[in-house]
Amino acid sequence: MRLIAAMSGGVDSAVAAARAVEAGHDVTGVHLALSRNPKSYRSGARGCCSIEDAGDARRAADAIGIPFFVWDMSDEFADEVVDDFIAEYTAGRTPNPCLRCNEKIKFAAVLDRAVALGFDGVVTGHYARLVTTAGAAGEVVELHRAVDHGKDQSYVLGVLTQDQLRRSVFPLGDDPKTLVREEAARRGLQVANKPDSHDICFIADGDNAGWLADKLGPQPGPIVDETGAEVGAHDGAYAYTIGQRRGLRLGVPAEDGKPRFVLDIEPVTRTVTVGPREHLAVGSIEGIKPLWCAEPPTETLECTVQLRAHGDEHRATVAVDGDTVRVELFDPAMGIAPGQACVIYDGTRVVGSATIASTRRVVPA
Amino acid sequence: MTTTPDRVYLDHAATTAMRPEAVEVMHAELLRTGNPSSLHEAGRRARRVVEESRELIAERLGARPSEVVFCSGGTEANNLAIKGLYWSRRSEDPRRDRVVFSSIEHHALLDPVTWLAAHEGARIDVTPVDRQGRVRLDSLRESIEETPGDVTAITTMWANNEMGTIQPVREVVEIAREHGIPVHSDAVQAAGYLPLDFAATGLDAMTVTGHKLGGPVGIGALVIRREVTATPLLHGGGQERDLRSGTVGTALIAGFATALDLTIQEQERSSVRIEALRARLVEGITRLIPDAVVNGDPETGPQHRLPNIAHVTFPGCEGDALLMLLDAQGVEVSTGSACQAGVPQPSHVLLAMGFDDAAARGSLRFSLGHTSTEADVDRLLEVLPAVHERARSAGLVRSRGR
Repeated sequence: MRLIAAMSGGVDSAVAAARAVEAGHDVTGVHLALSRNPKSYRSGARGCCSIEDAGDARRAADAIGIPFFVWDMSDEFADEVVDDFIAEYTAGRTPNPCLRCNEKIKFAAVLDRAVALGFDGVVTGHYARLVTTAGAAGEVVELHRAVDHGKDQSYVLGVLTQDQLRRSVFPLGDDPKTLVREEAARRGLQVANKPDSHDICFIADGDNAGWLADKLGPQPGPIVDETGAEVGAHDGAYAYTIGQRRGLRLGVPAEDGKPRFVLDIEPVTRTVTVGPREHLAVGSIEGIKPLWCAEPPTETLECTVQLRAHGDEHRATVAVDGDTVRVELFDPAMGIAPGQACVIYDGTRVVGSATIASTRRVVPA
Repeated sequence: MTTTPDRVYLDHAATTAMRPEAVEVMHAELLRTGNPSSLHEAGRRARRVVEESRELIAERLGARPSEVVFCSGGTEANNLAIKGLYWSRRSEDPRRDRVVFSSIEHHALLDPVTWLAAHEGARIDVTPVDRQGRVRLDSLRESIEETPGDVTAITTMWANNEMGTIQPVREVVEIAREHGIPVHSDAVQAAGYLPLDFAATGLDAMTVTGHKLGGPVGIGALVIRREVTATPLLHGGGQERDLRSGTVGTALIAGFATALDLTIQEQERSSVRIEALRARLVEGITRLIPDAVVNGDPETGPQHRLPNIAHVTFPGCEGDALLMLLDAQGVEVSTGSACQAGVPQPSHVLLAMGFDDAAARGSLRFSLGHTSTEADVDRLLEVLPAVHERARSAGLVRSRGR
């Protein structure tokens, strides 16, 4: 295949590109420039947007011996990912920009461009496995969790459809990260010991609340308990996420003296509701905008769901009703934030995903 | 960097193949020891090589040997010229704080001038250009004559690196001379493709570099009149008229002189040959891609355009997509524009010429050189139609996605 290797400048995408070459593919390295003003690139080496990262990616491509180009996807990224991130927080939800970037940029804008330019697909350093099976209507490409469950990134790929999966190559899903690093060193790739990136790439210091405050300005409002009594104040509801405990700076202590958590965010009145941990428990979830890796399930599915990146798996039943997905959890899950993705698994296989629109709490009697 | 059987190199304006004679001279020189500033025999021997090289370069460029100041290349020479003139002219008369330069200068002038404005209190006057990319003398005259007493220096490149458009350097000098304002010209692209006569133009300073004319990278010169004072950028051992300290690179200079000498001796003949290749290239492109637009001055010659550059806009395509696809077919070209962190930016030259953003992004620069052949041009023309079709369909995908 003729493949575009999306190279962030990190060790994973470098090894993925090298493996694709070794597997006999004709590979061209591409680094995505996602920041609108290249001079505003962060200087750290932990994201995927710095000038150093572009240089690291170029160096890796040179070492592997493949052509390398930088594609400017900054407009698409600003429109589809950054603006969406701001809009979601403004609406009191908690978005996952990495998932959004995969859905709209890496496996959409980039893939479309690659295909138009005569490439067959894109290879990335995501930890996930693709398995081709014979389905009723021909071959189906299934998305599975990586063997290294600690590094597994199938959650952020849960937005990919069959067309996108057919054009994707994930060479790292069968191996643990330590092995990938060793291989990078063996291949003479300078990025072998580069630290992993964890933060949101466009937020330089990992301070999401501070970044949002810069963009949105102060939007003060009350923090109330479940009776509606004001127990504190905040400078912007966008700084809060369901299940958050730290940084509430509540003026009035709880009667039982126990810590309180964010239970609800109401964007119109800018009201943040707090309460005890038990009240975070969620029993059922309504998801919208479902995306299926293959055909949507036709009957109620007994499966597992993952409700945040690196989160636990929860046993559940999933029923699809048009564009709505109803998830009934076997056991309550804590602190589930609307805006996050509910990724549906059948064993290690990803069935699809939906965006969490609302949750029903199980308030203990 | 030369054209090999399976690669076609059409980016000679970026850098061109070294002449074998220059490689030979350098190789021999690299095997010898000697600092040209030393007083012993080894130093004297090296100094002789440097000074003979200087004399040869001066002769070929119409300058006096003492006017040739060696430095690391075009960027340094431009920095030395514009900052050096700014500082010295300003210290002579503190009322002088204006730098007049054209909107199509290379980043190696644009950026130091911008730096002078940001850090040294310079005021910048940008002279506009016409649709062919030529400096508008009426605007320049107006800008100078408004307050001639506050101008530190004027800089206008000899020929533009993206378009090949030749600038009216003599006319600029005439305007400046009335007011005693020094004029610098970046002749990096012109040298080797046009006859250059430093003294005859009346310029005060001129930049040339080795690697654009078959010499090594890392050596260039600022040709600067004896009577002109410039403040040095580098302070140290006082080499090069005290204008550029640092141990003088004998081998680099010997290679530079050999390449420049050969190139200028052959200039007239090779320009005719290269212009014919360019005509073949342009004829082929416009025949195969009827909506392609060849930019800049259509006429060749010392008043018009360099013989070796063809700048072409391909409507509906992105230049970097064309570049990538041509590279995959073994043909090496440039979008001609500067990159920031590898991100193609619309060229400031094209924007200054009145191009819109899309046209500015959808252009390629083909540049020929001393090793270019008809086979190179024909290979480009062979692969271009399919590449163009692909790039156009990718361009449509992109614009639909917006």
